Amino acid sequence: MTNESLTFIFLNAALINNFVLSAFLGICPFLGVSGKLKTSIPMGAAVTFVMFISSLFAYGINQALIAIGAPYLRLISYIVVIASAVQLVEMFVKKFSPVLYRALGIYLPLITTNCAILGLALFQTSKGYNFVQSISYSLGAGVGFTLALVIMAGIRETLELSDIPGIAKGTAIALMIAGILSMAFMGFAGLGG
Amino acid sequence: MDTKQTTSMDEFLKGLWKENPVFVQVLGMCPTLAVTNSVINSVVMGIATTFVLVMSNFFVSLFRKLIPKQVRIASYIMIIATFVTVAEYIIQAVSLEVHKSLGAFISLIVVNCIILGRAEAFASKNTIGKSVMDALGMGAGFTFALLSLGVVRELLGNGTFAGIPVFGKGFEPWTIMILPGGAFFVLGAWLLFFNYLKQRAEKKEKVLV
Repeated sequence: MTNESLTFIFLNAALINNFVLSAFLGICPFLGVSGKLKTSIPMGAAVTFVMFISSLFAYGINQALIAIGAPYLRLISYIVVIASAVQLVEMFVKKFSPVLYRALGIYLPLITTNCAILGLALFQTSKGYNFVQSISYSLGAGVGFTLALVIMAGIRETLELSDIPGIAKGTAIALMIAGILSMAFMGFAGLGG
Repeated sequence: MDTKQTTSMDEFLKGLWKENPVFVQVLGMCPTLAVTNSVINSVVMGIATTFVLVMSNFFVSLFRKLIPKQVRIASYIMIIATFVTVAEYIIQAVSLEVHKSLGAFISLIVVNCIILGRAEAFASKNTIGKSVMDALGMGAGFTFALLSLGVVRELLGNGTFAGIPVFGKGFEPWTIMILPGGAFFVLGAWLLFFNYLKQRAEKKEKVLV
């Protein structure tokens, strides 16, 4: 498993096993922030950044924990690293773009509880990726998340102008669309060979 | 708090139905969608989450006067992560097979918004007894939601119920139901159904008024 090429790892995380649409990670922000195209891109970028940072640290922490023989501390250490990375991003966004900070609202601190990020750290550990492979994996996952978020936001913006039956408004119709998108992404399975 | 004294039973029942974490509050979607491809997985996930929920609500409520406000979220996450690790090791010890099929999603209970949400919104303000009842109710509601997805998906996608074949040999399984797309469709359909019930109830009320 560990001799996969970097391109394959990237494509695998971004398209074939898209984090949102086929591994069901990060559904909360996917449904919550995908209302507007304008906020979906910065949100995707923020998540990608946190993923990148936490992937780097998760790799180091895992090595250290194996060295001292305490793998049961893995979960707790990962979550602390992720929470700190999110705090960093939050301070950064607040300082440089207060407008964006307000637009993202509660979903920015909630990146901490975005399972895509913890999931990424856990998957890269269980797959036994080395340092460079982990970086490629985290970037692929980030791109995949952003892609799904942007596509969804585009569809939902159009949807607002169309006539939806009352009972389907909101989450129900969003889930149906996600289902169709997920089926569309299954088409990428061929890329894996 | 309203003047009416809420009993422990009320705390339990509201999680099961009126404030169901999945169908009403739309929380904890990731595990709901990911592990419900079979009945067994749904049950194990539901029980594990309930266990973590009860333990974390108990300890958050116990320490609610000791934890400073600024570091409360970090402290809650620490408590939750500890019990998730415990749950993970228990499942691994009891059934390696289930542990394998649930994979990383057991560890991912840590980031289930339901648990942190209950700790913050309920356990940090209420007594231990009430918090535990609230956790049991929310856990039961979550398990109920997982099951209602798991049963439909396994029945249609595999033609079985908890591994036992239900339909005759002529049944052609709807493979899509086991695949990721099916999870979105089934949950979407359940939400449609509940919205329909809600609207009908509202209409009835209007007629009565």
